[in-house]
Amino acid sequence: MFKWLDPYAKPQVLFATLLWWQRWLMPLSIVVLLLGTVWGLGFTPADYQQGDSYRIIHVHVPAAIWSMGVYAWMAIAAFIALVWQVKTAQWAIGAIAPIGAVYTLIALFTGAAWGKPMWGTWWVWDARLTSELILLFLFLGVMALQNAFADRQTGDKAAAVLAVVGVVNLPIIHYSVEWWNTLHQGATITKFAKPSMDPSMLWPLLICILGFALLFGALTCLRLRTAILQHEAHRPWVRQYVQEQQHATV
Amino acid sequence: MNPRRKQRLLAVSGILVLLSGGVGAMLYALNENVDLFYTPSQLIDGLGEDKKKPVVGQRLRIGGMVVKGSVRRDEHSLKVSFDLVDTGPVVTVHYDGILPDLFREGQGIVAQGTLLDATTIQATEVLAKHDENYMPPEVAEAVKGIKHVAPKQTYPAGTP
Repeated sequence: MFKWLDPYAKPQVLFATLLWWQRWLMPLSIVVLLLGTVWGLGFTPADYQQGDSYRIIHVHVPAAIWSMGVYAWMAIAAFIALVWQVKTAQWAIGAIAPIGAVYTLIALFTGAAWGKPMWGTWWVWDARLTSELILLFLFLGVMALQNAFADRQTGDKAAAVLAVVGVVNLPIIHYSVEWWNTLHQGATITKFAKPSMDPSMLWPLLICILGFALLFGALTCLRLRTAILQHEAHRPWVRQYVQEQQHATV
Repeated sequence: MNPRRKQRLLAVSGILVLLSGGVGAMLYALNENVDLFYTPSQLIDGLGEDKKKPVVGQRLRIGGMVVKGSVRRDEHSLKVSFDLVDTGPVVTVHYDGILPDLFREGQGIVAQGTLLDATTIQATEVLAKHDENYMPPEVAEAVKGIKHVAPKQTYPAGTP
């Protein structure tokens, strides 16, 4: 069923494919992000209750949604790395983890900056905030574990196990606001119902969510390409590629 | 799929299933201990299956809606008291400090403090909760019939 994926396990083929995707995704993500944030932060109406403070939602929500989305992709890569032992999937874990960690940090920071004026506090140990903090530690743990062993293979394996196991946290984050009472409010858009947001505010938010997704894709292509070059540095095709690059710049 | 891959697939999936089960059971056991606050009903009727009630003097958080018309401010200090409600029982909160901007009657809030008696709490911190609905003021007026008024910062003398 997944035979068509087989060629992409080959670093050289994957490298070329990622380069193609990166060239599209990078400029597209910047355009979409600029459009979404400028529209959202500058041109949407103020909220009836929170006034202008709510505008940070256009950064907070996309970062928070994709901190979980990025984790899911990392876990899928880890699962493939464990079961099929595909090298490129192992490298993808290390390529994705820092992106996820930064997204999680952005979500936590903007959340705190939003919480202070609205709730009256930077931080509260409720289920949503705590589980999101655990997500940050999971990302950092995966990064640390991968580099903690003298033998690279052992590190890759340990990081993959942690990444897969940490998936348990994703439903906890998402349902935390429903299962327990929390200071954090319920879901506005990630639910099986009409989004509880006026269309004039919703559109820029959706664009920002798309922008964060595209940026994640672009950065993953970039970082995975770097990882492939590092791991395959001794291969003839890499040497040839580097030579071509040097000729191109001269 | 070759046998070794199949074995690894089973092992990884097995670990994941067992772990989710374990974490699920743990969270189920923790259940209401993960809650951030007591609701007024939980405070008065008790919590969980054994209806465990908090004892007087216990530090806790209480969350509920501020009852309309229940906010009483002291004229000469920051002291304020108000009633909280969820589905029936009413709990009174005393507080001495600055309330968050979103605090208003009908708003959900979370207060942290000590239990003075069964239905009274001396709060050390009051946080405002807001819901997941976002809309411009004119839409709120049309849909909810809420006219947006910025919360009053000063009250004339003589207001209760």
